[in-house]
Amino acid sequence: MSLSTAEVNKIAWLGRIAIDADKIEAYARDLSGILDFVEQMSVLDTRTVAPMAHPMDQAQRLRLDLVTEADQRELFQANSPSVEAGLFLVPKVIE
Amino acid sequence: MHNKTIAELAQGLHQKQFSSLELTTHFLQRIQGHNKRLNAFVTITDELALAQAKEADDRLSSGQSNTLTGIPIAQKDIFCTQGVRTSCGSKMLDNFIAPYNATVVERFNQAGAVMLGKLNMDEFAMGSSNETSYYGPVKNPWDVGAVPGGSSGGSAAAVASRIAPGATGTDTGGSIRQPAAFCGITGLKPTYGLVSRWGMIAFASSLDQGGPMARTAEDCALMLQTMAGFDEKDSTSVNRPVADFSATLNDSLKGLRIGLPKEFFGEGLDPDIAKLIHEAVAEYEKLGATVKEVSLPNMNLSGPAYYVVAPAECSSNLARFDGVRYGHRCENPKDLADLYTRSRGEGFGAEVKRRILIGTYVLSAGYYDAYYLKAQKIRRLISEDFKQAFQEVDVIMGPTSPSVAFRFGEKSADPISMYLSDIYTIAVNLAGLPGMSLPVGFSKNLPVGMQIIGDYFSESRLLNVAHEYQQVTGWHDKAPAEF
Repeated sequence: MSLSTAEVNKIAWLGRIAIDADKIEAYARDLSGILDFVEQMSVLDTRTVAPMAHPMDQAQRLRLDLVTEADQRELFQANSPSVEAGLFLVPKVIE
Repeated sequence: MHNKTIAELAQGLHQKQFSSLELTTHFLQRIQGHNKRLNAFVTITDELALAQAKEADDRLSSGQSNTLTGIPIAQKDIFCTQGVRTSCGSKMLDNFIAPYNATVVERFNQAGAVMLGKLNMDEFAMGSSNETSYYGPVKNPWDVGAVPGGSSGGSAAAVASRIAPGATGTDTGGSIRQPAAFCGITGLKPTYGLVSRWGMIAFASSLDQGGPMARTAEDCALMLQTMAGFDEKDSTSVNRPVADFSATLNDSLKGLRIGLPKEFFGEGLDPDIAKLIHEAVAEYEKLGATVKEVSLPNMNLSGPAYYVVAPAECSSNLARFDGVRYGHRCENPKDLADLYTRSRGEGFGAEVKRRILIGTYVLSAGYYDAYYLKAQKIRRLISEDFKQAFQEVDVIMGPTSPSVAFRFGEKSADPISMYLSDIYTIAVNLAGLPGMSLPVGFSKNLPVGMQIIGDYFSESRLLNVAHEYQQVTGWHDKAPAEF
């Protein structure tokens, strides 16, 4: 499975990762190699097999819809490069 | 003191042969002396350790102590430690001070253990050699030109070089077992759900498990006792009573049925390693075990399935690192898209980026069925293979890795060649089963590890099986001369 540089750019955008133009080809090569490796799965007919998302097919545990967390906003925001009035600041989004 | 096991140190502390302060100071000095060479630690928490040691000594004299009180442990830098940098081996989190403790860390704190520091690792736990860390590679204490294995390379190197008596690791595709094998120590990946993942930075949520790394099975049992158990804060934590892992360590192995999967002994396995595994199995026969060949027919697809599932889950888990709330943010972002793409482009290393990209691709529209869904089906088949095997045998044994520790740079050119070093360990994570590695000899002067795999929640049995072997052999006692 060979990925073109256009496809790599598209995936990079989906993943919101900037890749230098001079590195795109190398990524295309590496990713194509990995896809070739995983392509081996296609030899097996798995039409009657149920997919397994959890090792023991465990279901999501639920809890009552009650507030159990204390407000620690200041503590948790201490790691942010830019906060104001309890909000995280980013470059302007709305034109 | 550093040649004593955790069990021996615990005895020494309780018998007042030395204090936790003396013990901790001793290990901190050893770390100062050797860490530049090994690069095992990213952060050394000496002030905190000494404060914890003093508290532990108080608990020891007032009798409010348990086995791990006063014992120095080091934490893989994937576990959040309150007030202390938690880097996950990445530039992305180089500036991240965790605002809370992971449950695993909290449990060690409550037991009165002392934290020496945070251990180096492959970036975001992605790697098999500790070469992808932002903080530089970790060296194998047996040969500093060789890798220690990964991703828990710092943990394995610290224990092997006796600069920490025990360390935590995490294992998603072999990251406890393989470095344990490369460094000649004992490590255990528990059944999925046994150890809480709260505060353990996520790589692949359906595969990740934290576990102990130490020099003996006995020590791993002591550490696991503290780490294991239901945690409400982890929705994948299993709610079942925790066994007393140390209680059955000395049970006789008479009648133990061992299975050797023929797929583990095929091409690609170093013949020296195959020989050592067979010698180890022969020791088990002397202890009363029986051996038979079993088959895990879908084993050859474990690599392809894993390298779809794990990157897919990682692409989702690492989406949180966006430069907004914590972690690396690029300079002068011109708009939001630029903030995201450049922060992530700068903050993540090449292997992490590769895996996020593959994960993004296999989950994207039009490809989900062919890749991710297909991999989940292969996963079911692999689990069924193990289920079948465990109807005929109690434990499965085989090599942990197809080779001994390789040289730095040897597998860096082609990602696939690095992925192939996980060939024996990966299936265990896909199935969610518990697995251990213990040292069984040397090849080319480097340690060789044997893997033991058990059925779900059979950690007590695995530890017993490893312990009995360690009672009649001495590989786990060997230490690298340089340290």
